[in-house]
Amino acid sequence: MQMLQAKDIYKGFDGVEVLKGISFQVNKGDVLAIIGPSGSGKSTLLRCITQLERVDRGEITICGEQLVKDSAGGQAVYSDKKTCAKIGLHLGLVFQNFNLFPHFSVLRNITEAPVRVLKQSKQQAESTARDLLSKMGLADKADAYPHQLSGGQQQRVSIARALAMNPDILFFDEPTSALDPELTGEILKVIRELAAEHMTMVVVTHEMKFARDVADQVIFMDDGIIVECGTPEQVFQSAQNERTRLFLSRFNEG
Amino acid sequence: MNYQVLLSQMLESTLMTLQLFFSTILFALPLGFLVAFGRMSRFKIISLPVKAYILLMRGTPLMLQLLFFFYALKPLTGIQLDRNVAAMLAFALNYAAYFAEIFRGGMESIPMGQYEASKVLGFTKQQTFFRVVLPQVIKRVIPPMGNEFITLVKDTSLASVIGVVELLKVTSDWVSTTTVMTPFIIAAVFYLVMNGIVTRCFTVAEKRLGYYR
Repeated sequence: MQMLQAKDIYKGFDGVEVLKGISFQVNKGDVLAIIGPSGSGKSTLLRCITQLERVDRGEITICGEQLVKDSAGGQAVYSDKKTCAKIGLHLGLVFQNFNLFPHFSVLRNITEAPVRVLKQSKQQAESTARDLLSKMGLADKADAYPHQLSGGQQQRVSIARALAMNPDILFFDEPTSALDPELTGEILKVIRELAAEHMTMVVVTHEMKFARDVADQVIFMDDGIIVECGTPEQVFQSAQNERTRLFLSRFNEG
Repeated sequence: MNYQVLLSQMLESTLMTLQLFFSTILFALPLGFLVAFGRMSRFKIISLPVKAYILLMRGTPLMLQLLFFFYALKPLTGIQLDRNVAAMLAFALNYAAYFAEIFRGGMESIPMGQYEASKVLGFTKQQTFFRVVLPQVIKRVIPPMGNEFITLVKDTSLASVIGVVELLKVTSDWVSTTTVMTPFIIAAVFYLVMNGIVTRCFTVAEKRLGYYR
């Protein structure tokens, strides 16, 4: 079952094209890894799908609902605000810099949106939050504040915060890039566990080994286009494009 | 010199000083927020006049503004304000401009990531402002606000220029009629006590919001 379909997405900033016709899809339960050099448009793509940016052209369909489509004149037309907000609730996003709310305790970081947005009862939201925290190995941190946690712990809280909204697709925007090397492992382990539970995920990452081992599909992006797309074996072992091979050569050697 | 009469008059005039102080806080805080939003507006038709307002209020002496509202409003508009009302108005409008710039600084220092995380979690704009942004802004503006409040306590003495019977007016009247300097020292103690309390309040507030960074 198709959870996400993106067709021919274009996005520019001040006349500079960052995405130049991106099309891909994600099936239920799949893990899609997006790799590529810095500035290739990976994060912009995630930000377009999660509505932090608006596309210039193209179509995005999420869980069968159309977020944006092209008009006859080739301009992107978004669905009405209400529909867009509803579609947004299908998606969770984990940021590179966590973006936890510093003035809320760990528990309240996780419960605030379920209570205010999904109108869950406080008890229900807290019980879910505590379950998620145990799952993240942070059961004893419920009353701590974000600044008291390590980067890896903060990122696990932010994953719990996203999961508390019960999203159908979870997006990760370079979830380990702001972490010390010794802390990246704990985040990748969490994502692996979620993959084992068949959570549908899209992960923008620089961790090649992780992409190869965990992803069902890998997209290699460069300069605003998808250069290579396929299973990890196809992309890592038998890339068709010279640019992909060049990018992966350092990793494959190491 | 009758110290009993002196002290009772100084205490009474301190009430006027406090009235000016509190009325300014009461009106300038909300007005400051409005001005800050206007200043940050994307629409030039809003932001430009607001910028002009801030320049006018911060760029001319508060004493001149006091004189204006008491003496110059009548020939211009036909409205004669009571001297106390004119003082409260001038103070509120003047301090709102300063408060606005402090609020703006506080709001602009909140990282974009806070807005983005809120949006992705499905918060409305109102929820994002009141639950995520505003509490963090309040924490950040407390130190500069402490400065403003302390300055305000002392600035209330400027109202004497339009004849408002506040603490320094009574004090200087006593000194000029008796040529004894003691009232100056007593007034200084009065101002110090008021600002000691203001300082204490801000220290407590800062401490209470110190549980996060």
